Amino acid sequence: MLKDKTHYMEILVKGIWKENPVAYQVLGICSALAVTVKMSTAIVMAVALTVVTAFSGMIISSLRKQIPSNIRIIVELAVIASLVIVTDEVLKAFFYDTSKQLSIFVGLIITNCIVLGRAEAFALANDPIDSFVDGIANGIGYGLILVFVAFLRELLGSGKIFGLAVIPQFIFEAGYQNMGLMVLAPGAFFIIGLLVWLKNSLPGISHEKK
Amino acid sequence: MNPLKKIFDNNEHLFTGSGKYKRLASLFDATKTFFFFPSPTTKIMPFIRDHLDLKRYMSFVLISLVPVLLFGIYNTGFQAGIASGEHLGLGSSFLAGAWVVLPIILVSYGVGFFWEILFATIRNHKISEGFLVTGMLFPLTLPPTIPLWQVALGISFGVVIGKEVFGGTGRNILNPALTARAFVFFSYPVSLSGNVWVANQNTVDGISGATALAITGGDGQTITQALSSAGFSLSDLFFGLVPGSIGETSALCCLLGVLFLIVTRIANHRIVLGGIAGLVVTAILFYLIPGGQESWANAGPLYHLCAGGFLFGICFMATDPVSAPGTHAGRWAFGFLIGFLTVTIRVVNPAFVEGTMLAILFMNVFAPLLDHMVIKYKTSKRIPNV
Repeated sequence: MLKDKTHYMEILVKGIWKENPVAYQVLGICSALAVTVKMSTAIVMAVALTVVTAFSGMIISSLRKQIPSNIRIIVELAVIASLVIVTDEVLKAFFYDTSKQLSIFVGLIITNCIVLGRAEAFALANDPIDSFVDGIANGIGYGLILVFVAFLRELLGSGKIFGLAVIPQFIFEAGYQNMGLMVLAPGAFFIIGLLVWLKNSLPGISHEKK
Repeated sequence: MNPLKKIFDNNEHLFTGSGKYKRLASLFDATKTFFFFPSPTTKIMPFIRDHLDLKRYMSFVLISLVPVLLFGIYNTGFQAGIASGEHLGLGSSFLAGAWVVLPIILVSYGVGFFWEILFATIRNHKISEGFLVTGMLFPLTLPPTIPLWQVALGISFGVVIGKEVFGGTGRNILNPALTARAFVFFSYPVSLSGNVWVANQNTVDGISGATALAITGGDGQTITQALSSAGFSLSDLFFGLVPGSIGETSALCCLLGVLFLIVTRIANHRIVLGGIAGLVVTAILFYLIPGGQESWANAGPLYHLCAGGFLFGICFMATDPVSAPGTHAGRWAFGFLIGFLTVTIRVVNPAFVEGTMLAILFMNVFAPLLDHMVIKYKTSKRIPNV
């Protein structure tokens, strides 16, 4: 029962930009601080979260009429946890190094507010395909912010992009130094804060009354 | 009529109403009130007047900083002279120091005013004079070897994140100058630690550019012996002829400055006295704990008071009326805890040799809580009127 294209586009735009999980709902901040020191970990994390959110949304949505509402959190968590374990095992099997660097944070997708938030707020009230699209949209929204933050942090903090040194040596010789703050967690806080500021002050986006 | 006033009056129409440059009204106003009294007058009662408006307030702080600044310039030149193996006289020390210090101050003011004017223009409010103080305090907390681009980045961060995101002067929860320094400290640790405290230090090897706080004893030396053998006698630390941040070295000049501020009732003496009390008590406590002969734990209150940036911080940073508590009891506690934290960080935490900056920023965050507790306590003592 596919609906028309604009319906899905709307869900996508909402999740990726208008109600971006990090920059608008300010969810999933812990992992956004932890995995954005490097671009590679940020991208893997974003993909993992997108997969989990999309499929958990779809599964929970298709079960939504069977789930008794007083135990729904347990059921949702069971679904999400199973998906996270599968994702974690896949990462361990195929991207062992990155999975080592992400360490506990893949496992912690279970507690990521975005996943449970989308399950509660969207999947329980919409049909499976909509929920799947919504999961993809929110995952991409989260991922875009993550990659942007990681880009700035890796570039300014260690002078690299994807682990390749991009800042030429003569700039260092002229007195440039890497910004140590960007490697620390507060650096991510500042970047995310400034991003939220930027998003809210763009014309036509702000939800606050001026 | 005063010719200067004529210029302002003749050009005022350009900046007001639908004038050509009305977006720059805040800049015009700031320049004008720098020379003259503000033109808006009170239209309705009460007509209470105080000569101490924000502009005078801030210029008094600037006056109090003059001894620290002049001595800082002199000492920068003097230390650079020692490092290159010659003993400079007063005039040449001063010149050599000014050559290093003035660019730092100019960059700080220039970049800081750019942000200040930008925000004032966009938000259509007045350019605040608070920045005159921030822009001067920040360079004074930096070592003379700081690269100028880091000064620019630091003051940008201090003004924008430390002050403007909270709504500008009077709304900041942290001291903007210290926020700027903390940014540089955590971003570019190399520029603010180790061998950076003496300018132009590339001619003679083997001169230690460390500050007194980085010295430790060892080999049977106690900390005080180690300090005096490294050239940090108590009197040197008090008068300030030692390497260090530009403005922090001289305890005497800081005390002169704060005395002026207390007499003119701009700084609150409770914060300063509370801070010194906290530092002295904590230093004595650490002194009484057995062991630690060679570390700063055993240095005693006088060395803790005179070395490092504590006096500069407590006199000029902690007394910032915006980020300090507003109740008397709160101010005592605020000062005391700054003193306590400063010594604790210096002695216990090996990662930071100096704790003043972190102590003040930390207590800035707690200032509203202190006020809240004092007010809660006072209201609980009241006889209920129902």
